[in-house]
This record gives sequence, structure tokens and C-alpha cells, in this order.
Amino acid sequence: MSVDLSQFLQTFFEESFEGLDIMESGLLELDPQHPDTEVLHTVFRAAHSIKGGAGTFGLSAISDFTHRMETLLDRLRAGEQTVTPEVVSALLSAVDCLRGMLEAIKAEQELDSEALSAAQQALDEQLALRDNGAKGGRPGAEQSAPAGSGGLGRRGANAGSSGSGSAPAGAGPEAGEGEQGGGWHIRFEPEAHLLTTGNDPARLFRALSDLGALTVHCESGELPAFEALDPESCCLSWDLELVTGATEAAVREVFEWVEDDAVIEITPLSGSAAPAAEDHGAAAEPAPESAPVAASATAEVEEGAEAAAAAGAAARPAATASSGGTAAATKSKPAKAGARKEAAKKSSSSIRVDTEKIDVLIDMVGELVITQSMLSQIGKEFSADRLEELQDGLAQLERNTRELQESIMRIRMVPISFAYSRLPRIVHDTSRALGKEVEFTMEGEQTELDKTVMEKIIDPLVHLVRNSVDHGIEDPAERQAAGKPGKGKISIEAYHKGGNIIIEIVDDGRGINRDKLLGKARAAGLVEEGEELSDAEVYDLIFHPGLSTHDEATEYSGRGVGMDVVKRNIRSLSGSLNVRSAPGQGTTITISLPLTLSILDGQLFRVGDQTYIVPLVSVIESLQVDGAKVSGVTGRGEVYHWREAYVPIVRLHELFDTEPMRHELSGGLMVIVEDEETYLGVFVDDLLDQQQVVIKSLEANYLRVPGIAGATILGDGTVALILDIAGLVEMSRGGSRQPLIPEREESDEAA
Amino acid sequence: MVKILAVDDSASMRQMVTYTLKQGGYEVTEAVDGADALAKAKGGQFDLVITDVNMPKMDGITLVRELRALPAFKFTPILLLTTESAPEKKQEGKQAGATGWLVKPFDPDQLINTIKKVVN
Repeated sequence: MSVDLSQFLQTFFEESFEGLDIMESGLLELDPQHPDTEVLHTVFRAAHSIKGGAGTFGLSAISDFTHRMETLLDRLRAGEQTVTPEVVSALLSAVDCLRGMLEAIKAEQELDSEALSAAQQALDEQLALRDNGAKGGRPGAEQSAPAGSGGLGRRGANAGSSGSGSAPAGAGPEAGEGEQGGGWHIRFEPEAHLLTTGNDPARLFRALSDLGALTVHCESGELPAFEALDPESCCLSWDLELVTGATEAAVREVFEWVEDDAVIEITPLSGSAAPAAEDHGAAAEPAPESAPVAASATAEVEEGAEAAAAAGAAARPAATASSGGTAAATKSKPAKAGARKEAAKKSSSSIRVDTEKIDVLIDMVGELVITQSMLSQIGKEFSADRLEELQDGLAQLERNTRELQESIMRIRMVPISFAYSRLPRIVHDTSRALGKEVEFTMEGEQTELDKTVMEKIIDPLVHLVRNSVDHGIEDPAERQAAGKPGKGKISIEAYHKGGNIIIEIVDDGRGINRDKLLGKARAAGLVEEGEELSDAEVYDLIFHPGLSTHDEATEYSGRGVGMDVVKRNIRSLSGSLNVRSAPGQGTTITISLPLTLSILDGQLFRVGDQTYIVPLVSVIESLQVDGAKVSGVTGRGEVYHWREAYVPIVRLHELFDTEPMRHELSGGLMVIVEDEETYLGVFVDDLLDQQQVVIKSLEANYLRVPGIAGATILGDGTVALILDIAGLVEMSRGGSRQPLIPEREESDEAA
Repeated sequence: MVKILAVDDSASMRQMVTYTLKQGGYEVTEAVDGADALAKAKGGQFDLVITDVNMPKMDGITLVRELRALPAFKFTPILLLTTESAPEKKQEGKQAGATGWLVKPFDPDQLINTIKKVVN
């Protein structure tokens, strides 16, 4: 029977990446002073599973590498080696290396041999520590294991290496002798408990008779009297004669499972002729164990490579399909997406869904079918007096559709803990490298958000947290001088608020130096001399490309992804960022994201012959313009006096170059919209419905237009544009309709 | 039809074992760890149990011990599927009452051949 195992490779990759996450978080949790054995067991198990799977799929590079990790972990959990920060670091970099290897194999790329040998060396150094010190433990286990973990070992080989317990070469000495004989006499005296190990003597005899002609003689002398007979005990013994060309090792292999539960004596049958060597070829193969180790090792490597190639071929269609699917989305992104990123994207192309959620869906589809049949019944024999029935049916359909939609959206919701998973590591590594002490806490791990949003928020979160360690938290000495504890605190919390998910990153560091930042911005010509900005506007400058309050770039601050990219990523998710800071006390960065990217509750309105939509959450008020409250401010366009503040007025027809029905503000309608506590008055011709709309990407189908978040198709088939309030706020700043932070080239065409 | 209980915490390993056994014409029930397997064993009869050793909640060795304590599993063949080529691990398994072991890397043919021998 041949079984193609490559179909399970995808599952192996998924669980291996999960295993790596488990290892990573476990290792980060480890306190060298008081290592938690349970955690060590968990980490060990994860490494062990990866090794086992890799061996099965012939990924020998992975299994060999994991074997080292496993050996080290095994010593740690057995208390044979102490947990030190160095061991943990070596293991963490091994986890990284392993992840890279798996990603490379998955994406059919070359392994990064440099990273591999570096990580391997770090592991070997740790392994050597114990070897030089307290020697002992169980060297046998370590030596015999690599042989088994190589390629696709056969049963014969495995049995051979493990046969007589202590020495792998156990079969060696007698092998030569066996080849001389024409068969074996076997004395088999099982202990009474043999049957309760699930071993059946008849099975052993059947296996023996596969090797040659078997004569069985049963001795029942030990059998007690019938009254004393315990049917669960084995009181029989056997003398067996096997005429065969098989070696003693092959015969002994049959008894492998019972050798400790029985007396087994194997002696050559006397006076028999030497059999031809070919006869026992198959069975004797495992015997030459000791000498050609090198040869068999290379064979295994080749085998492994082949299997990997085959597995890779199977994975290819999936890979191309997924990269095709994401092509549209990737196009518009900055061209920094390297191969590593691409691989990461593929790995998360599937989603785990609680079966409960699916059951709910099935229920709802059931109801939908009932409603549909009811409606079609009404349609068949429709008369005016059934109008009410029809309306009821339609109302029910609407309810079904909404519920179905909500449930489907819920399937895409995943806990934010996925996005959190990399953060402890980032804090650990960054603070270690910078000589800072940081206590990192995470809250709201179970807060759910859309999978796409979750995936895209990972990089910005990593960057923000790293930034907090680097720029926010001070050196222990500096902290103590300021009367603060030497150990800094960073926390991240996620929670739901309205239709949004809020993520807050709080540190108790030095805070943002407002004057220094403003001074830099002025020097760079971003803020005009004499122009006064609010705190929020000043802090927003940290997201400007090329502005940093840090005087020298450190390894951790200058990693290509700047704060401007963080902001752009969050904006591309229709999210927003808000920074608050108090000098000497710390900084709080608040990210607000929509729960989902695909559907929103919108307020529809009309300007000229165009219909526009604003997210309902952004709408504060709709009002009729009082001409007396409108005033013009130099350099700021028109503003409206509203709730003791002056709100910039946006005329969409000017922005998008269309012809409105109404030019006169006074008496017209205006919608006050809000983004991050900044308000705008959008002047409209007419207010229409409020409804849920499905967001279609304008970027994927046309191009990115400033001030427009996307488009949707209305019930009558026409296209309506969805306004990007945050974009409009920026465009309205300074009255120039030029964004304060020029983010995209297209902004020139549109303005 | 021969009923087999396959226990492994690794999804890929479970899938492979199950797939191979089903190809071989056996009926397979899966369990994700020792505790799950024990619960399933108490709720049904199996002709053979094949289990991983290293698992969360309840490991394979403990599972063997627990199963042997059940009257219905006193003589049932229980095989350990293990990467441990260390003799003492096998010894531990044997002492707990395991019938025998299969050494990973997992090989479908080896699995089927072994099972054929054990369950006729």
C-alpha cells in the first residue's frame, strides 16, 4: 500500500508554526531563577512534535535541528542543566531560525544556511556546557536518536537500533554466526502476565512462520489444576524450531516487544547446511549497523531532499492561488514586502472556526430557506389582499439576511491574542539589547476583531511597542534619577467601544518632548514659524516621515519601517491614531480600528447627482445652516460656529469637482462629522437613508483617491462613494486642501 | 470491522495515522490527548489503541496504565507511537502495560504491517 503523505504537509506547517509560538511564549515566560517545569514540558513537547513530523515528511534539516533543541530542553526539564538567560536566548534564536526554515521550505526557497549555522552554534555551545561539566545522564539516548530521526526509517532499521536495549549494535556480534546456521531453536518461556500486555503468543508464532517452516511444541507441565486455573495468566511455555535462513537478529526482532516478559533462548539448529546469503537479504539488512554510518547518513539526506521536493510540489498550487488572490491588495502597498512576509501571508490563509459558530449559521440558512419558500408561495398566487403577508415575509427576509450577515462576520472574528503573540518577544529582545528593564503586560487578549484587520495590525503594533521600549522607557539609571522605579512599564490593552476596537499602548517613560518635537518640525519647515498647534497636532508629528526626537538612530529605531508607515497602515484599515503624552510620566498611544473592513452602517446623502456615504459612527449631528454662524477665516476657508467651536466647512463639490444643486450655505443642510475629536461640517444637498453598505475597494478597482475610503453599490445599482473622514480632516487643515502630511502622489491630481 | 483508537496531540500525525488506517480498511476514532482517549475508551470498545507518548493533559504512558485498569482493555493491544529511541522510555511503556511500540518517523507501510500482525 502506498500512501501519499504530502497532503498532510499543510497541517504540519500550521501546527508547527503554532508550536513555535507556544515555544516562544513559553521561553519568554521562563524565569531563570524559578523555572516552571510545566512550561518546560510544554516547550519540549512542541519541539518534540515538530521533530517527529519533520522526520515523517523527510525534512531532515528540520528534524536534525529540532533534535538539538529537544536534547537541550530535555536536560533543562530533567534538571540536568540549569536554565540561564543564555540558554533561553539560544533557544529563542533557535525558534526564530526554525520558523525561518519552515517558512523557506513552505515557500520553496533556499534555507538561510548562515542563520542556521549561527543558531546551531549557539545551541551547540549550550549543549557543550553540560558535556564539559557533569557528565553522565543518558548518553545512550542522545547517540542513538539522530539515526532514527533522519529520513524515512524502515521498521527493520528501527528495530535493529533499539533491539536489545542498551547497545544499538546488539545485533552485530551474532549476525555472522547466524548466517552459518540453517535455522534456530527457540525456547520461549513467557511470564504469567504476558497476556495482560496485549501480546498474544499466537501472534509471535505467526510472525515466525513468515520467516520459515515452524514447528511448535507446547509444554503444559506448569499448568495448575483446573480449579486453580487463572485464565488471565500464561502458564504455558514453548519449544520452537524454525527452519530458516534468517539471522538471529531477525528472529529476535519478532520477540522485541516481549523480551522483558519472557525467557527467550535462541540457539542454532545443529547439523544444518549454510543457507544462501540472498535468502535472508531482506531480514538481515539492518544488521550492519556500526560500520557504514556515513554512507547511510547520506542516503537519508538524499531521501529527505526528495521527499521535501515532492512535498514542495504539492504545496505549489496553493501558494500560487493565494498569491494571486492577494496580488490586488499588495499592489498598492509600499514595495517593502519581502519574501519572508509573503510566506507569512500564506501561512495564515486558513482560519479556525468554532463549530458552534457554524451551527448557528446552518440554523439561519434553514430559516432563510423557510422564508424563501414562504415568499415564493405568496408570489405564485399573489393578490392585493395578501399584501400584508408579503410585507411580513419581506421583513422576515430582512431579519434573516441581517442575522446571517452578522453570523458570517463573526466567523471572521479572531481574538487579538494572535497579534499580541509576537510582542513579549519584541520587548524582551529590544530591552535586553538596550540595557533597559521593562515589565510588559497585555490585556484584552480575547477581544475579537476581523481577521484581515488583525493581520494588518501586527506590524504596526510591533513597531509601536518597540518604539515604546526604545524611545519611551529610559535607562534604569535615568529612571532612578527621576525618582521612578528602575523597571519601566509598558502595557497594551484592547477593548471594544462602539463599532470600533480600541488598542492602547501605555508606557511610563519620559514622554514626548513637545518643544523639541515642534522645534524640529519648524526646522524642517513642516510647521510655519509662529503657527500654534494643539497638543494632538504636535504629537501627530511623530508620525511624519523623517522626524525623530531621538538624536541618534539606534539599531531598533531605524529598521526601515517608520512611524509614518505605522500611521499609513492604520489609516489603510480606516483606523486612526491618537497620541497623548505627559513629560516624565509617559505616553499613551490609542489606536482605533473598525471591527470589520467589509460592511459599515452609513448615512447616505446627495451632492449634485452623486450619492455619498459617511460612516454613521462619524456623524455627530445634521443641521440646517444658519447663515449668521458662517464666517471666513484667512488661510482656513469657511468655518461654522457650532457648539462654542469653529468647525471647518467642506464643500464636496469643490473637492471632487462636481456641480451641486445648491451653492448657498445659509438654509442648506450640513452634516457634522468627527474624527479623533476633530470636527468637520460637510455641506450637502440632501440627506438620504441610513443603511448598511458593503465596502468595495476603490483602490483595487480604480485608484486611491484622497478623501474617499471606498465605494459601494446601492440597491438601485448605482455606485456611491464612501468618505474617508480622517482624510477629509487632514485635507481641510490649513485650508489648502493639501494634506498636512503628503502621503500619496495622487493627492496632487485630486486637489 | 476492526476498530482502532488513534491518539496524538499533533493534528498532522493524527490525520496521517487515521488516513493510513482507513486506507488499510480499519475503522478509526481519533483522540487529541490521553484524557480524551480515556473518555472515548470508556464510551466504546476498541480492538487496538495506538498512542503518542508526549501529550498534554495525559501522556501516553499514563493512558496505557489507565486503560489496563479497565476490564475491557485488559488484553487489548496498545501500541506506543514514539520518537523516543531511548530504551528507558520503552521500558516505562512496557511496565505500564503497553503491547509494543512503533518508532517514528511515521511510515504508513510499517504501521499497516504491524497492525496486521497484532490484530490478525
